Amino acid sequence: MINLVGEPTHHLPVGERGGPAQPLISVKGLLKHFPVKGSGFLKPKKVVHAVDGVDFDILKGETLGVVGESGCGKSTTARLLMQLIAPDRGEILFDGETVGETLPLSEYRRQVQMVFQDSYASLNPRLTIEESIAFAPRVHGVPAPKAIARAHDLLHRVGLEPVRFAGRYPHELSGGQRQRVNIARALALEPRLVILDEAVSALDKSVEAQVLNLLLDLKRDFGLTYLFISHDLNVVRFMCERVMVMYLGKVAEIGERDAIFEETRHPYSSALLASMPKMDPGERTLEPPLSGDPPNPIDPPAGCRFHTRCSFAEDVCRQTLPPLTRISGAQSAACLMATPNSGHSRAPAQLEA
Amino acid sequence: MTDPMIDIRNLSVTFNRGRKPVKAVNGVSLSVNSGEVVALLGESGSGKSVTMRSLLRLHPKGTTIEGSMRVAGKDVTELSARELADYRGATVSMVFQEPRLALDPVYTLGQQIEEAIIRHKGVSRREAASRALGLFEKVRIPSPERRLMNYPHEMSGGMLQRSMIAMAIACNPKVLLADEPTTALDATVQIQILLLIRELQKEYGLSVIFVTHDIGVAAEVADRIAVMYAGRIVEEGKVADVIQNPKHPYTKGLLGARVELAHGRDRLITIPGAPPDLAALPPGCAFAPRCGEAVAQCLTDVPRLTATDGTASVACVKYA
Ligand SMILES: Nc1ncnc2c1ncn2[C@@H]1O[C@H](COP(=O)(O)OP(=O)(O)OP(=O)(O)O)[C@@H](O)[C@H]1O
Ligand SMILES: Nc1ncnc2c1ncn2[C@@H]1O[C@H](COP(=O)(O)OP(=O)(O)O)[C@@H](O)[C@H]1O
Ligand code: SF4
Ligand code: SF4
Ligand SMILES: [Mg+2]
Ligand SMILES: [Mg+2]
Repeated sequence: MINLVGEPTHHLPVGERGGPAQPLISVKGLLKHFPVKGSGFLKPKKVVHAVDGVDFDILKGETLGVVGESGCGKSTTARLLMQLIAPDRGEILFDGETVGETLPLSEYRRQVQMVFQDSYASLNPRLTIEESIAFAPRVHGVPAPKAIARAHDLLHRVGLEPVRFAGRYPHELSGGQRQRVNIARALALEPRLVILDEAVSALDKSVEAQVLNLLLDLKRDFGLTYLFISHDLNVVRFMCERVMVMYLGKVAEIGERDAIFEETRHPYSSALLASMPKMDPGERTLEPPLSGDPPNPIDPPAGCRFHTRCSFAEDVCRQTLPPLTRISGAQSAACLMATPNSGHSRAPAQLEA
Repeated sequence: MTDPMIDIRNLSVTFNRGRKPVKAVNGVSLSVNSGEVVALLGESGSGKSVTMRSLLRLHPKGTTIEGSMRVAGKDVTELSARELADYRGATVSMVFQEPRLALDPVYTLGQQIEEAIIRHKGVSRREAASRALGLFEKVRIPSPERRLMNYPHEMSGGMLQRSMIAMAIACNPKVLLADEPTTALDATVQIQILLLIRELQKEYGLSVIFVTHDIGVAAEVADRIAVMYAGRIVEEGKVADVIQNPKHPYTKGLLGARVELAHGRDRLITIPGAPPDLAALPPGCAFAPRCGEAVAQCLTDVPRLTATDGTASVACVKYA
């Protein structure tokens, strides 16, 4: 029933400059601290270490999942990538070019679009949905009839018949339908990277499955790359080729999906995975894998940020910040147990080169 | 057999405030035995919270309630205002999804728990304070003395939910209604709270209705599952039976759409369409517009919840 209206239309000015093997996005040393209100003047200046020096790549055509507890910096990372906020430090390379230097911001912005969790708040209630979708292209100088025609194509593509839906207002749609509109709107500028920040989390399970299928179809048909933020590890496992686990503003572990889910190397990732409810009432969880809440990002623990909750923590963990260490081609982890000669009793000995 | 602790019969709840009346709960019958945990599973808007609030008579004026509800031998619909005040908290208490909305922001947690204990138990403030401390220890809040002096905004979501649970068990209720108490929490904190509820339930022999939209959560806590769709219970049975051998096409669809089953496949199996508008329910089975197994009768007759064996029931013509 769904016909493929939108053929891939990516004949973009900055396309494939770095070649297919070049990561689409390469993030280096990204850091964002937010000042805490009421601190500073006469009081000690405090900051929230929202994103505290992270490095990662998003490969062309992949879906990179981002997981971690609330407040660990997932959305801040997304907003930094979207250039909605400016980083304190660090750089973003887009297809090999430094954003804001060799690649002008305006050009970068078109290539990266975002879909948020709250489908209602992100749509203008006074615009019909075709107007919402056509809005950004109009701003970018696309003539109205063309922008509207493209909006109809996109509506069709996300499973909303334009004849029925184009003239409706956001409040006349269900949550799942609104999220389809948000996805169509994100695609209107023909981006290469789409950031999905809990984009399906507010949907009912039966509707969520439909939208996940839609996202997979769109990715294939438009040659998209996704950054997929979710608290649902099962969904991440289904959707993503690679997964990044964050803890208190840092990358705990990153790598290929199967490595992360089956050969987990960071104790925090293991605990997160073990915390998922079991589907079999005969195999119920007996002990909580982690105790307590994540520590306050205003005053994160020294050394390894996870040491206050880690059952493998040793003295060295309280002093040494574990570097993100490559374990195999498929996986890197920031844990002293994975860092050769780190001083942790379980650390591997240095391999001779 | 003894009487069930909770016995809801043919409950319907209609809100009359909008343009059209909304029948949010439409003939629900559910009974929960003493010491039993029943998960009420359903998508948003299916009527789970309205059913819970009915048991505490928390609906706005002008809401039409039909059917009967008995809890611990009391007829809930007949309670006077005074009886209701005693009943809430002492017989039945509730834990909500958003503890921040259920707590008073201008009082410390200690003050709020002590107040509840004094009101229901008539003990001295000192006695109430010492019980409050015991409760905070019970729900394993670290540094409980200090935490009792915190205001709600000073606590994390997980800690607040522990406080809510402490408050809920403060007056030794027989029934705990938990309305998605872990939905807003991280997975690592969610499992802590689920285990805590399970432990307290056993220790105090509580009857629990645990509302959730997450089948995995139901599998972790419940003895039985009741699946709700568009204001009706469509399937009920032992937790393992419902999960391993669902009967109603909706339950089958929900379980079949789970991403965990999709390993190696590049698409999920989905239920087409979306839940119906409660102000304009289809005349027959509410699931008929989405059901792949529907027959002509489904469009005209509402299927009744019918026992399939001693422990399970389904509301579908295929099992009538
Ligand atoms: N504008 C801001 N000002 C001050 N602090 C902020 C701001 N934005 C985010 N933070 C803080 O930065 C930290 C990281 O926030 P972020 O929104 O990135 O978390 P998240 O991982 O997306 O969490 P969630 O899972 O709850 O969405 C949090 O402690 C948050 O309170
Ligand atoms: N006070 C109210 N007035 C009108 N409609 C209500 C009210 N409370 C709930 N509803 C409606 O009843 C339906 C069921 O709601 P609810 O029980 O909260 O669903 P859930 O299963 O997600 O808990 C929804 O359509 C909701 O909008
Ligand atoms: S570095 Fe130490 S504290 Fe951190 S995760 Fe590894 S073992 Fe645990
Ligand atoms: S009664 Fe009919 S429409 Fe309803 S679930 Fe059963 S088969 Fe499907
Ligand atoms: Mg976020
Ligand atoms: Mg609810």
